[in-house]
Amino acid sequence: MNYSYTIWIPLVPLLVFLFTGLAGSRFKPMISGLIGTTGLLVSFLLSLVTAWKFFFVSGLSGGAYSTIIAARTTWLQLTDYLKIDLGVMLDPISVMMLVVITTVSLMVHIYSLGYMKGERGFERFYSFLSLFTFSMLGLVVATNIFQMYIFWELVGVSSYLLIGFYYERPSAVAASKKAFIVTRFADLGFLIGILLLSFYTKTFDFAELTNPQSPVFTTITSTSFMGLSVITWAMLLIFMGGAGKSAMFPLHIWLPDAMEGPTPVSALIHAATMVVAGVYLVARMFPVYIAYTPGALTVIAWVGGFTSLFAAAIACTQFDIKRVLAYSTLSQIGYMMLALGVSGYEGEHGLGYMASMFHLFTHAMFKALLFLGAGSVIHAVHSNFMNEMGGLRKYLPVTHLTFLVACLAISGIPPFAGFFSKDEILVAAWQHNRLLFSMEYLVAGLTAFYMFRLYFGIFWNKTPHYHHTPHESPLTMTLPLVFLALGSAFTGFIPFGSFISADHRPFEPEMHLNIAIPSVLIALAGIFIAFILYRKENPVVARFINILGSFHKVVYNKFYIDEVYLFVTKRILFNLVSRPVAWFDRHIVDGTMNGIARVISFTSEKIKGLQSGQLQHYALAFVSGAIILVLIVLYNLS
Amino acid sequence: MGANVFMFYLFSATILFFALLAVTSRRILRAAVFLLFALVATSGLYFLLQYQFLAGVQLALYAGGIVVLIIFSILLTHHISHKFERPPVMKLFSGLLVAAIGAAVTVFSIADYPFKASAALPIDTDMRVIGLQLMGTGKNGYALPFEVISILLLAAMIGAIVIAKKKN
Amino acid sequence: MIYGIPITHFLIVSTLMFFIGIYGFLTRRNLITMLMSIELILNSVNINFVVFNRYLYPDQLQGHFFALFIIAIAAAEASVAIALIINIYRRYTSIEVDNVNELKH
Repeated sequence: MNYSYTIWIPLVPLLVFLFTGLAGSRFKPMISGLIGTTGLLVSFLLSLVTAWKFFFVSGLSGGAYSTIIAARTTWLQLTDYLKIDLGVMLDPISVMMLVVITTVSLMVHIYSLGYMKGERGFERFYSFLSLFTFSMLGLVVATNIFQMYIFWELVGVSSYLLIGFYYERPSAVAASKKAFIVTRFADLGFLIGILLLSFYTKTFDFAELTNPQSPVFTTITSTSFMGLSVITWAMLLIFMGGAGKSAMFPLHIWLPDAMEGPTPVSALIHAATMVVAGVYLVARMFPVYIAYTPGALTVIAWVGGFTSLFAAAIACTQFDIKRVLAYSTLSQIGYMMLALGVSGYEGEHGLGYMASMFHLFTHAMFKALLFLGAGSVIHAVHSNFMNEMGGLRKYLPVTHLTFLVACLAISGIPPFAGFFSKDEILVAAWQHNRLLFSMEYLVAGLTAFYMFRLYFGIFWNKTPHYHHTPHESPLTMTLPLVFLALGSAFTGFIPFGSFISADHRPFEPEMHLNIAIPSVLIALAGIFIAFILYRKENPVVARFINILGSFHKVVYNKFYIDEVYLFVTKRILFNLVSRPVAWFDRHIVDGTMNGIARVISFTSEKIKGLQSGQLQHYALAFVSGAIILVLIVLYNLS
Repeated sequence: MGANVFMFYLFSATILFFALLAVTSRRILRAAVFLLFALVATSGLYFLLQYQFLAGVQLALYAGGIVVLIIFSILLTHHISHKFERPPVMKLFSGLLVAAIGAAVTVFSIADYPFKASAALPIDTDMRVIGLQLMGTGKNGYALPFEVISILLLAAMIGAIVIAKKKN
Repeated sequence: MIYGIPITHFLIVSTLMFFIGIYGFLTRRNLITMLMSIELILNSVNINFVVFNRYLYPDQLQGHFFALFIIAIAAAEASVAIALIINIYRRYTSIEVDNVNELKH
């Protein structure tokens, strides 16, 4: 089976990026948009074909899906055994990610044709989108961890560029810097992890790194550092990179601010694709985690679980609809991390792994839909704030319906997609750790509550006075909404277990009604509470907030995590480290340089009189020099 | 002391005397005339060495051409009665020092070096030989430098005209 | 010794003439007198060529022709130099070399 054409899946967006980036300003902006969308359509179709061929034509060999290297070229030969390749690797999760990324990206491309219409920098927006899509696709098909790292940084850059798209706005600039610096800080851990791992294993290649039986792990597991084996350190550091990109607590602070970017960007990068790169990374390295560092997996599970609860609590208090969605994203990614953390490896035990990927898939659909729906709402009322909205169901029927579908999906109401994936996660948690499991029950209720708070707040409630009547968005925007709504409604029926599992062997997950029914009831309870509180304006809400008092305030201010960061960086790091270093740089380093310059300038000032411009001075010097040379030659050297 | 020897010392003394006057005289026109004398005496040396043609060229070109050119330019740029100021002592002194040291070094080197006069039969230097060699293209032929120098002269002539032309 | 005069005497005369020219070049302030010094220098070199030719290689004429060409070049040089001097005079209404110092710092 020939898969070499898959190289074009990432390359087409790259070519589009180069073209629209270099020549886009020569044409009408809409041309760039259309070229970008067409290019992505090609990638999308190729991805679908690849998925079909991979799962149904190549299919199982020996009871498992095989890993296919579709293309590979050596990019840097560092030493005999250490080399960096670039290539395309196809296995169940990368193929699934190809489909997810190209689907969401295509929807966002189409959607942006309407949403971004008339914006200054339209073609710039599209070239950045293409750059991002290229980087993300390159990331998921990476054949080795270093290629992954390269594209990992590229998605970071594209995210930075897109968050700062409205660069005239100081808040956007600050947000883009924050996102870049926080993720860069995490990536430092990732890089150190990669270096540690490859130093001991002498390879970057996933083929060897993800095979626990591989002999490359002998040294790294037997070496220990500060009470932990080096491989545990390495895998924890790699997880740190993943936690940064996926905005896990305590590195989550950049994601809510990243909502400064255009809404389609939030949908694509900060909800559906880039932020799940961390989950994908952990899934990719999963065989190593499970075989050598179960301790690291426990950390991952608890970080994921805590983040999901923490973010869900904050989401209940926010008023900026995009921020609610951002915290909801955090919470859902926490779910995925948790699922990976509680997963086993073989057969039924690998349920968590499968559930994580399943949730990643469904979440991409409904979260992209939520963001695009929010974008449509924002487009209509020109505000991000819930309390300036209300009663919009009459004005935005399509948006309203699709948004409702997405809310039901994320709350885990059957038969929508979220129900199935979330159920698998809960089952996996139940089998592993009861405390985590009960936390997730709580999160399920909170999720349903804050999503329907949002839903009722936007589409029901009291209708405020609008400056001009809101109207439904154009077809380019509603079409992706409908498409994604269909995805959110029906992708849950995909028998994911027969495609994706930790050991590449399909299995049939069972339905656990004893877990599913309570979770649905909890979700319904959350919806009901939201219905009571927010369907109409209700004084209970204000009273409730009063009762909660300072607790509400703490949650509303996001547990003051940003303030803690500011305190640590501004007060402690700046004063104790940066200021002395800056002083040293300004006075000692610069002083030396300035001193040298001053001495030179002083000397030249003194001796420049020698250049008198007087011909005869020069002639005198010349003749005397010649005579001196002659004297030297005649009387010293002979 | 033969006539040759006497003439040599006479010419040499003339050359050095007038050369010195030419570089020290404070009246520019006089300096030019002293230069003329030094150049004429040089052509006398050429006669002594039996290079009559070269001596003739020296007289015609240097004495007749260049010095006249210099005198013209003096007349264009100076009043004849103009007398230079004395140059500053430092300048005189440094120039004198450099020149004296240089002369001393060179003279000593020359005195040290054992020149071996050639015993070969001197070649005839009548016009015929000179003309043939100057136009010759074989061994001992100078046609190429001759042509080059002619082009150089042409270029210098055009250049001089262009440079000196009044711009309007 | 040809003609009863040693070659060294000729060379000493030309050396002295050369350094008189150098002295003039270094001390004169007027561009025309500096040009005259250069003529002296060229002339002294000419004497050297001719004398070497006559004393050391009397069967050839290289030195002779060299001197001939130097005279031609000296003529060319003098004409260009005087053109330049006249131009400078037009510009500065003086041909003192001290005034022509625009290349200084």
